Amino acid sequence: MIQDTIAEIKNPALSIQDLCVYYDQNKAVKNVSVDIKKNTVTAIMGPSGCGKSTLLRALNRMHELYDNIRTEGKVLIHDQNIYDVPAIKLRRQMGMVFQRPNPFPTMSIYENVIAGYKLNGIRLKKGEKDEVVERSLRDVALWDEVKDTLHKKGTFLSGGQQQRLCIARALAFGPEIILMDEPTSALDPIATSKVEDLLVKLKENYTIILVTHNMTQAARISDYSLFMYLGELVEYGKTKNMFTNPIDPRTEQYLTGKFG
Amino acid sequence: MNSDKITKLVLSLGSFILIIVAAGMVYSLVVGSIPAFKTFGFQFIFSNNWDPTSGKENYGALPFIAGTLISSILALLISLPLSFSTSLFLGEYFKGTRVARILSTLVDLLAGIPSIVYGLWGFYVLRPLMIELGIGSQGFGVFTASVILAIMIIPYATSLSNEIISMVPNDLKEAAYSLGATRLEVIQTVTIPNAHSGIIAGYILSFGRALGETMAVTMLIGNSNKVPDSLFGTGNSMASVIANQFGEADGLKLSALIAIGLLLFVITALVNALGKLIIKKMQ
Repeated sequence: MIQDTIAEIKNPALSIQDLCVYYDQNKAVKNVSVDIKKNTVTAIMGPSGCGKSTLLRALNRMHELYDNIRTEGKVLIHDQNIYDVPAIKLRRQMGMVFQRPNPFPTMSIYENVIAGYKLNGIRLKKGEKDEVVERSLRDVALWDEVKDTLHKKGTFLSGGQQQRLCIARALAFGPEIILMDEPTSALDPIATSKVEDLLVKLKENYTIILVTHNMTQAARISDYSLFMYLGELVEYGKTKNMFTNPIDPRTEQYLTGKFG
Repeated sequence: MNSDKITKLVLSLGSFILIIVAAGMVYSLVVGSIPAFKTFGFQFIFSNNWDPTSGKENYGALPFIAGTLISSILALLISLPLSFSTSLFLGEYFKGTRVARILSTLVDLLAGIPSIVYGLWGFYVLRPLMIELGIGSQGFGVFTASVILAIMIIPYATSLSNEIISMVPNDLKEAAYSLGATRLEVIQTVTIPNAHSGIIAGYILSFGRALGETMAVTMLIGNSNKVPDSLFGTGNSMASVIANQFGEADGLKLSALIAIGLLLFVITALVNALGKLIIKKMQ
């Protein structure tokens, strides 16, 4: 059954192979295999507790920060298993945006954007820094709003602006892939639509993997969708197809609001 | 009267009594120290004379102010690296582990040990050690007192810093990790900057406690009424001279001791105010 519901992708940006994640003895992600297409938005959806965030966080090895979480399986980027490279190097190739906007409260807007360089001990000249900050903030359409207050604390911005600042922070280092964990769930509808527009624009240069519990969001902005239920990958395919003609009955039940 | 009003009345009565008690203490300290200040003027603070011979009585507080400040600052410097690393161990590196829970209980236990017990330990264990190390022939002195003070204040700085450090939001740390930071980089750029005002508050609190500590200090500092000639020399502290001499004091001497008490109160209040100011500025 699962075989029929998995989309085939050539030259994937990311290839997840037989990935399992355990919280202590509890298997939260069960043998997921998926290829993610380059320069697309791929949505991971499913009801609460289905393992969608857990799957996402396995991709930049965030689980390794916690002793009780164990990961098995492979994730390939350019045919290299991410578990074979140092986590620090891997995380520089993958930006992450979190559920709640979390700019560093002790840093200014400017410092927040270049935090990735600072944290990795990479020294830039003043001119280079200015360039990175302006480019990243322009990428997230925040430049015009904050260019006069760059040296104020990022926490003074509105929630939507803070989240775009966090996206800029994730972009500044030039990652290939951006992982987003329900990035709009703490935002109002206007801020949400700005972030959504931004994601559609960003996929020209980046591959975006987006966890969302919001079906309409997945339908609006994603190219591919991945439906998870109870830790299993139920269905994966082009968003358009999945929303109009889901193959698995569970996907259909979810999309029609029978659960979740 | 409804229950809301009664609650309000009881609560305000409680706070009012507290204010009266505090004000009363200040009042009696001020009244008691008037004779000393009348006789010696402000010279009392800067004079290092302490002569109780009747007829030519002369009292100055400088030796005790110096002893208190020097031993407390030294204690703070000694305790700082220990309590800082312990709080990082508890609040960051081993947060939530069994080792951390056990260690944190032990640290809290340190805070609960009566100071006389520290004094005894200092007298019978630390002092002989100092003699062996060649610090003074008797092992008494400012340095010995500072070491015992340092041990006594470690739990205060540690438990407050630990609490503040473990309160640094996890999503900020994760954000830093997601940008490729190492653990040390996360501590340097996220944990400490976000916790620094609380950490500083912990040190100021423990400094305030060191200033007023009496029993353990008096057993080890040497109780000589002079400005210590070196860190390893003997001296006396404000709290310690009061505790040692108030029993046999009357008249001008008693007033001088009360005046020292007032000064100690003022210094402690200033230190606390300074601490609060620093915290406010940083936020």
